[in-house]
Amino acid sequence: MLKQTEGSQAVAEAIALCRPEVVCAYPITPQTHIVEGVGALVKAGKVENCEFINVESEFAALSVAIGASAAGARAYTATASQGLLFMGEAVYNAAGLGLPIVMTIGNRAIGAPINIWNDHTDSMSMKDSGWIQLFAETNQEAVDLHIQAFRLAEELSCPVMVCMDGFILTHAYERIDVPSQEEVDAFLPPYDPIQVLDPAEPYSIGAMVGPEAFTEVRYLAHEKQLQALRRIPEIGAVFKDVFGRQSGGLIHSYRTEGAETIAVALGSVNGTIKEVIDGMREDGAAVGSVSICSFRPFPSAELRAALAGAKHVVVIEKSLAPGLGGIVASNIRLALRETTVPVYTVIAGLGGRPITMSSLREVLEAAGNGRLPEVQFLDLDHGAVEHEILRAKQTRRAGPTAENILRNLGQSAVVGNE
Amino acid sequence: MTDETALQRVKFYQTGTHTVGNRLMNEARRSVQASMDRSNAITSGHRACQGCGEALGARYALDAALRASDGQLVAVNATGCLEVFTTPYPETSWQIPWLHSLFGNAPAVATGVAAGMRRKGRADVRVVAQGGDGGTTDIGFGCLSGMFERNDDVLYICYDNEAYMNTGVQRSSATPPTARTATTPAVGDAPGNIFGTGKNLPLIAMAHNIPYVATANVADLHDLEDKVTTAMAIRGSRYIHIMVPCPLGWGSASDATIHLARMAVESGLFPLFEAEHGQVTRSKKIRRRVPVEDYLRPQRRFAHLFKKGHEDTERIARLQRMADANIERFNLLGEREAP
Repeated sequence: MLKQTEGSQAVAEAIALCRPEVVCAYPITPQTHIVEGVGALVKAGKVENCEFINVESEFAALSVAIGASAAGARAYTATASQGLLFMGEAVYNAAGLGLPIVMTIGNRAIGAPINIWNDHTDSMSMKDSGWIQLFAETNQEAVDLHIQAFRLAEELSCPVMVCMDGFILTHAYERIDVPSQEEVDAFLPPYDPIQVLDPAEPYSIGAMVGPEAFTEVRYLAHEKQLQALRRIPEIGAVFKDVFGRQSGGLIHSYRTEGAETIAVALGSVNGTIKEVIDGMREDGAAVGSVSICSFRPFPSAELRAALAGAKHVVVIEKSLAPGLGGIVASNIRLALRETTVPVYTVIAGLGGRPITMSSLREVLEAAGNGRLPEVQFLDLDHGAVEHEILRAKQTRRAGPTAENILRNLGQSAVVGNE
Repeated sequence: MTDETALQRVKFYQTGTHTVGNRLMNEARRSVQASMDRSNAITSGHRACQGCGEALGARYALDAALRASDGQLVAVNATGCLEVFTTPYPETSWQIPWLHSLFGNAPAVATGVAAGMRRKGRADVRVVAQGGDGGTTDIGFGCLSGMFERNDDVLYICYDNEAYMNTGVQRSSATPPTARTATTPAVGDAPGNIFGTGKNLPLIAMAHNIPYVATANVADLHDLEDKVTTAMAIRGSRYIHIMVPCPLGWGSASDATIHLARMAVESGLFPLFEAEHGQVTRSKKIRRRVPVEDYLRPQRRFAHLFKKGHEDTERIARLQRMADANIERFNLLGEREAP
């Protein structure tokens, strides 16, 4: 049903439609509205046969989900930022055990300095944990990806993270089609586990594995991701049959035909990028964009094909690998290793910094003119940075960097906190 | 006193031994392990060290839980010796469904298993979570407290050997004062672990007001089984803290495990008691009180207290005062009940 609603609320309703049996909740901004929404639906009796468990930490939240999933129940939780790091050990464990948990990430920066606003550093920190990572471009896609995620996770016995931009999506009110129970039931069969704790057929799950078999176990985790590369588009096609709209898949290309400069990005910033592409196309520039929906597994072949005609690839990414540059760009360079196409990194939107159309247009034009450096920080305040570097050179006890920058900006008195 | 125990007031213990004679007991009261058809939660062939108190304690505890749940039991295990010595891939000693996730999350995983079982219509399947003292009192403490606070339907069993034995005998918050470990070496003015540190997890568990808390010990396996059986008859969070001597970490002879466990109890250093909803309901009386020295001296981890010519009498006396305080607090002297 089409309605005007908050992204988090729509996702909560989508989760409820997926008939989860155990939901674990721990609050963290900007994900909190989602588990609140699921909790309210469970408490109101609108989710049959579901337990909503308020736990004491994110580490416990995912651990409860691990136990529930191993008992054969459909398990869900959500987190963000520090919460994802705090549960990090369990994130790897859930994947290692092959438990098809679905978890929403309301993407948020990681401190210090503490920052509650959106970027992708949290999800990127777990990119190699063995979870499938799907990034939603819109709230409609966030709803749809969650429904697909349970099917994908349970088919492959592999956990899935659905990543949606904190605030930009989680807190945005917009028109969203939340499907009916009948539609979801037609698409998502009940969970049929490949392994379950059962006294009638006892086995040990989580045994110690030594050098003689560890590589094989890890290889199979890789192989599972390769299977997901095939299944994600197929499941997207089935989804389209049932729900009548295209959602998910590995990548989405936008006006890439004949494009010489192609922007690549994950998540909601693709909406802004498309607007920029439209404007530049109107002005005769040969530009296009590619949105990566599935970051893990990484769709190398699809990206190679989508970027085949490009002369410049500009990766707009909301995370930073200090000392290296871009994480997504590094992955794309690997995919394009047999070409000579330059891949630029534009670090943008860190800690909620707005990504404006004019700034995006500037970097795309600079790339087309061959003037873009390999790593660029979008809208970096060079003055503030240089001032602080100089201060650190002059004074040994220069004080805390973040606070100095704020003081320099004259904002220390008005800065918001959590 | 019930009729069945009244029969056993006289000569319950066989002369000259500490063995509880099963043949003197009513059949229903006999040990799980005494039965020809006993279950075998942890089968033989595992890789525990000779004289491992944990292997013994875990087998008795889980077999008792298995009997109490009519075979409908799942075990969740924290990382640690028990996990490692029972499951070197691809072998497993577990005859029951068993799940190991991480070092610090066994209580939360067990909560999830219990919830999952309820949602799958299998509320009859009971859940036991277990870990060593490090997994329980240190790294898993947050999850354990959360499990207690929510009164989740899990029996958590801590096998306490008073240090991180699996990683090579490092101090935990359950390591007693003066004990030598790899991280509390027996050097300096106050060798070994220092006084005034450590946690008493049974008391902390009681402070959560959970329905049942007990301490047990591998020197009295019948008592251990009884406590597990009592715990399994209750729904909600239950906690049993079992002292399990570790020959490797304690520097004791592998045939001294039971003896040391008994000396811990008989000296008062390890009180055996039960508590319901935060109140101590029963304590096991000391049969023949011994000085703490009898418990400490056979263990190399306390060897620095007994150096020839300069015994550390002051710190031995301090340990004795701890034992005396336990005896007072838990009322460990007096007439013993028939078991």
